[in-house]
Amino acid sequence: MAARGPAGSRVGNSRFAQFKLVLLGESAVGKSSIVLRFVKDQFDSYRESTIGAAFLTQTISLDENTTVKFEIWDTAGQERYKSLAPMYYRNANCAVVVYDITQASSLDKAKQWVKELQRQANENIIIALAGNKLDLVTEQPDKRAIQTADAEAYAREAGLLFFETSAKTAENVRELFTSIAKKLPLDQAGPRNPRSGGRGGVELRPDTPGTQAGGPCSC
Amino acid sequence: MRHSSDQRKSHSHDRLYAPIDTAPTATAAKEDGITATMTYDGENEAPKHRTHADSDESMATITPQEDDGTTLEGHEQRPALPPRPSLLGDRPTTPLSPRKRPALQSKPTTAVSSVDIQTLSFPDGSRGTFPTPGSRSVSEAGHGISGGTSTPSSRKVSQNGSEFDDSTSLMSYTPTLRANGDLASLLDEGLNSQSPAWKLLSSQADNVNLFETIDYEDNALLNFDQEFDEVEAVDSKGGNEEQVLLLWKAKLKHYLILSSAGKPIYSRHGDQNLINGYIGIIQTIISFFQDAKDPLMGFTAGGTRFVVLIEGPLYFVAISKLGESDSQLRAQLEALYMQILSTLTLPTLTQLFTNRPNTDLRRPLEGTETLLSSLADTFTKGSPSALLSALECLKIRKSQRHTINNTLLKARTEKLLYGLVVAGGRLVSVIRPKRHSLHPSDLSLIFNMLFEAGSVKAGGGENWIPVCLPGFNKTGYLYMYVSFINAHDGEESSSDQRPSTAGSSPEDEIAILLISTDKESFYELKQMRDDVVAQLESNGSMGIIKAAVRQGRPSTADIVPGTQLRHFLYKSRANVQFMMPSLSPDFSSPLARRKLMSLYHNLHASTHAKHSHVKVLHCVARDSNSLVWTTPLFEFYCIAGPNTSRAGLTHGANKVIQWVKREEERVFIIGGAVF
Ligand SMILES: Nc1nc2c(ncn2[C@@H]2O[C@H](COP(=O)(O)OP(=O)(O)O)[C@@H](O)[C@H]2O)c(=O)[nH]1
Ligand SMILES: [Mg+2]
Repeated sequence: MAARGPAGSRVGNSRFAQFKLVLLGESAVGKSSIVLRFVKDQFDSYRESTIGAAFLTQTISLDENTTVKFEIWDTAGQERYKSLAPMYYRNANCAVVVYDITQASSLDKAKQWVKELQRQANENIIIALAGNKLDLVTEQPDKRAIQTADAEAYAREAGLLFFETSAKTAENVRELFTSIAKKLPLDQAGPRNPRSGGRGGVELRPDTPGTQAGGPCSC
Repeated sequence: MRHSSDQRKSHSHDRLYAPIDTAPTATAAKEDGITATMTYDGENEAPKHRTHADSDESMATITPQEDDGTTLEGHEQRPALPPRPSLLGDRPTTPLSPRKRPALQSKPTTAVSSVDIQTLSFPDGSRGTFPTPGSRSVSEAGHGISGGTSTPSSRKVSQNGSEFDDSTSLMSYTPTLRANGDLASLLDEGLNSQSPAWKLLSSQADNVNLFETIDYEDNALLNFDQEFDEVEAVDSKGGNEEQVLLLWKAKLKHYLILSSAGKPIYSRHGDQNLINGYIGIIQTIISFFQDAKDPLMGFTAGGTRFVVLIEGPLYFVAISKLGESDSQLRAQLEALYMQILSTLTLPTLTQLFTNRPNTDLRRPLEGTETLLSSLADTFTKGSPSALLSALECLKIRKSQRHTINNTLLKARTEKLLYGLVVAGGRLVSVIRPKRHSLHPSDLSLIFNMLFEAGSVKAGGGENWIPVCLPGFNKTGYLYMYVSFINAHDGEESSSDQRPSTAGSSPEDEIAILLISTDKESFYELKQMRDDVVAQLESNGSMGIIKAAVRQGRPSTADIVPGTQLRHFLYKSRANVQFMMPSLSPDFSSPLARRKLMSLYHNLHASTHAKHSHVKVLHCVARDSNSLVWTTPLFEFYCIAGPNTSRAGLTHGANKVIQWVKREEERVFIIGGAVF
């Protein structure tokens, strides 16, 4: 996979940008569920484990004039796929590292991913930490294994965005992606290719000249 | 049922079908198979199991002429079977106890013919060996006595002629059967009409439906409706243990996988607490035979058959009350092993156990339990594809397939190894390099992953999946790009909402599969996919595929109007592909489908048993009539209602075979596209 930066364009007042996002985290914490909620606004309690990785896209409007398209890599959390992870995060503009707030060990795993990303991924990658399955502790507070304050403190220290989410109730899922979009560099857009919004446009041509937006994130 | 059916097929029936038909015996064997210790043992690999082969022999109505080449090519002419005059006078007074009956000593003839060694060709005519149960059994024959069995009595080959199956002698009535002749003439109904009992029977309506007679004694499938219900976990206090155990034991089929060190790896039913004890016992038993260098291959307990497959550090056990043959069950276990290899690759698997013999394989396999389970359930439901070790194709015109092939070839990128279009588990088109054929067993793993297990589709996106295809190469991964298109979508949707899978059945899914050896080639293949789909849309092919998918398989009556056949399977041996009509309306329920598949399994076992020379077999049961016919070119299986005359059956069979011949280039991929 060739190196790709955010692709962007501007027509008049309106801005369009697209970014590559990767989801990482232990198996069964809810990565696929978060994506399904974000992309299709659905939830499925009997999800089967992801096999390999899934590639999805979702476009959101930040405001009247700004459209952001995410190309999302939903990875499987299993050890045996570990060696494949680099190809998913290598050129990612942003990452969501997910843990399950009812499983203490899943935060440790998340921290490992954060470390790996900070060492190996794009220098300017924006990382969000998501503590998922919030709905479970809303019903039964004693199920919580990781205190919000602890995770938040860690996120601040590591320079991560932080949300507690529920793919089931949709709580904070959209907010998570929106706040990532807001942190992404939207402003190095070139002239808008009329086709770039759709399929077959820039996003499919990693090496198309003019779609590389070089500048680091300034936020 | 067994008892009554035993009675049912007593003497008058024997005579009823006497002229050429072995049906009563065959039927008995089938029905007994569920309890019997013998029926399917006939398929056991080791020669010592010949004792069990009586079911095969009992069906040997075939004359020398018929025993021509049994290799795929059919060029290997076998010498004629020697007559067996000594047997002819030995019709037992009661043919009711097949399990006691030893087999014929048939070595002299079988030694010449490797009945099931199949050099199979893939669509384009390239060759490869394909591990059909049969070919395996042949290759294992060399193990001889060391093959092991827990039923030592079965090792003896009794020469007691008086116990020979009655039907063996029937050979003498049919010295002129011609394998390549017209089936109708082959099974001449004129012979039947001689029997008053037959006249009586055939005077009844021909159209009594299959499986319509409610057989209150047929317990075999009693619990089939609950077969796939989950067995709940034993609760911590063990209060529900007894009840859970009952449910667990009521399952008709179990698959267990464990390591040679006795670590549980997988069980289709029951949680760990429930199965651990059994795993321990099974490990002890298998290891005992392993230590004695006499590997255990299978044993029978009550009405349940246990079959064992040992692959390196892994033990696979199938436990079945469904009456499959040993080699059928072993093929199923083999497929589970292939699935594990597909997840891990052979070197990784070996490495894990070399480093730590006590490895718990569940962790490395995490997330693939659903793939194992969907494979297992496919077998339990009954899968023509698994039974025949063959693939099914979507029926479209030859020119249409040609256009699709060319579209794929034109859009092909550098990194592509295999490119496939698959619709509802049926192959539409394949392109591949000249020097690499595509293994049907590999394809069935892929189809299982994509169409049976929900994991990939549920993701609702495009997928990039590392997968080891053991038939292609056991030692490494390939990378598979997959995207789904719903056949009911008006048109291809944009990438933003691409595969909408909610609420559609696997039958409706069209998948584009692009396989590469390069793990970095996702975007390249994705581009190819987009090009292919755009091109298929614009040249009308996508519409054709969707229409064919929506139309579904033709019904048997569509194929042969007015036929009494209710269902059939036609396997083209050269193409390693099969064709079947729609399962509805007669077999849409899981139970009816299972009954149908059990009949097919029986027919298949009879014709694929190691020492079997059976090429044509007509089975009559209380609720069905079935027929199998194998030639070097094809295997044909068909089912009709209980009162269908043999003429009706054979007439239908001939019609179908003619139809397939005519439609061959539509129902099969012949000479696929290579680059
Ligand atoms: N209650 C609850 N369950 C969730 C939530 N997110 C995911 N799950 C469940 O957790 C399991 C694993 O989810 P999945 O998305 O497959 O996890 P992944 O392996 O990280 O992709 C599934 O059974 C989901 O239904 C959530 O927010 N709340
Ligand atoms: Mg997942």
